[in-house]
Amino acid sequence: MEAASNPFKPSAVEKRKTRVESIVKWLMFGMAILLIIPVFGILFHLFHKAAPVLSWDYIWESPTNRGKEGGIWLPLIGTFYLVLVSLVIVAPVGILAGIYINEYAPNNWFTRVINMAVTSLAGVPSIVHALFGVGAFVLTLNMGACLLSAACTIAVMTIPVIVTATREALAAVPMAFREACWNMGASKWQTIRTIVLPNSISGILTGVILEISRAAGETAPILFTGAAASVAVRMNSLGDKLMPYELDDRFMALSYHLHVVAEKIHGMPEEMKYGTAAVLIALILLINSFSITLRIFLRSRKKW
Amino acid sequence: MSVHIEFNNVTVRYGQDIALDDIDLEIKEKEVFSIVGPANSGKTTFLKCINRTIDLITGTKVDGKILVSGEDVNEMNNVYALRRRIGMVFPLPVGLPMSIYDNVAYGPRRQGISGKAELDEIVERCLKQSVLWDEVKDRLQMLGTKLSGGQQQRLTLARALSLDPEILCLDEFSIAIDPVTTMKIEEVLSGLKDEMTIILVTNLTQQARRMADHIAFFNASELVEWGETEKLFENPDKEITGRYLNGEFG
Repeated sequence: MEAASNPFKPSAVEKRKTRVESIVKWLMFGMAILLIIPVFGILFHLFHKAAPVLSWDYIWESPTNRGKEGGIWLPLIGTFYLVLVSLVIVAPVGILAGIYINEYAPNNWFTRVINMAVTSLAGVPSIVHALFGVGAFVLTLNMGACLLSAACTIAVMTIPVIVTATREALAAVPMAFREACWNMGASKWQTIRTIVLPNSISGILTGVILEISRAAGETAPILFTGAAASVAVRMNSLGDKLMPYELDDRFMALSYHLHVVAEKIHGMPEEMKYGTAAVLIALILLINSFSITLRIFLRSRKKW
Repeated sequence: MSVHIEFNNVTVRYGQDIALDDIDLEIKEKEVFSIVGPANSGKTTFLKCINRTIDLITGTKVDGKILVSGEDVNEMNNVYALRRRIGMVFPLPVGLPMSIYDNVAYGPRRQGISGKAELDEIVERCLKQSVLWDEVKDRLQMLGTKLSGGQQQRLTLARALSLDPEILCLDEFSIAIDPVTTMKIEEVLSGLKDEMTIILVTNLTQQARRMADHIAFFNASELVEWGETEKLFENPDKEITGRYLNGEFG
């Protein structure tokens, strides 16, 4: 028999396996390549079109003549503070709630209600969050349309992202580590502090990164809650320039500024539109790359 | 010898499932008490009841009385005082993701011990007791998770000893280690017997025979029989006990 002469001769099934394996691999590789194209396409297009205006002056100067001239400073610093304030509000709430749900919450109806709330919140469109923000913060709490109202609205919108990321990061830490600690008389909190958090911090940070990107990019939630097409602020000193807004001031933000210059104003020079978009994208990329670097550093210290 | 641990009609449920059914037994002070039985017979649950880590699993319910030194563990307000006195070694070795030194110092530190000299002394004593010292003494800062399975098991033992427990529970400690190390640890345990009560859950009936003063045989969540080691091997009351211990069923 032929099979007896060479026992390693592949059968028809085995040949097919090899063929399918390589088709599948190349197909997936193709999809991965496909993924890169729009990213680079967008970046190239944006920065190519924006190139004529991009300069340090463009970043440092504030918009004049309804955005047709000048730079981008006021919206840029506005977005920065919007992200910062929303993060200060949402990070402690989201992370601590995530720890509670994953580490402490008993398996009962109340926990299920919390989980359902988080999931539902994640599915709410951002324009609905905007209306909620107007109703809750601007009107009911009488905060008015301002930086704090907008940041609160963004915080409510992004809380599921942080809670979910925290829960998943914590759940990835093996149960055996916790049991080993409990058996040595460590309390739950001691265990969380010494073992669980140090080994899940990179995952939690992923949630924070996503929060930052969304807070910087979203237009709808800040539309009625505090963003302005132009603001009158004093610009006398460096201090004014770095902190132009109080918490109860209306503010300019890149995403909203882009919406205004791109659609609302006639005769807007093309490069001013692209300039705004390019700065927004660059800001998000900058924040992300900083966070990713931090995450890589933290992950390299992870110990199992 | 006085009674150290007492189970009075203890029943444990995980939701609807019964994990331990009406258990009644006594463990004396400073003896080696062995628990044998097939998989899923409730041996690990038994250990978790003693230090009340069973509370940390959601959906469990413990009925009956478990007395340690005459005190009902389920009446204790502060479980940490209980757990500190009970060392636990579980079957799968768990090196915590920190250095070997920190692994052993973890428990003492959580009890508020922070002096370097004192911790050094504890770490060295425990690693020597668990027959790991000679292999790791020059690399105490290495990650505990980088040790081999057998070494991690001895590290787990060292951790369990780090709080000077009165009761040491071992759950199939030899499952991941070689026979030579197993024999070494058995020798260590024989030495520790003068200082603490040892509860040894094991799948190796011969290990139970070598080590234990008393044996309890669990099967399908029930305590089939318990008594002096030789009696159970040679003249058990129930036929099934003899068959299991002599390797004819399992």
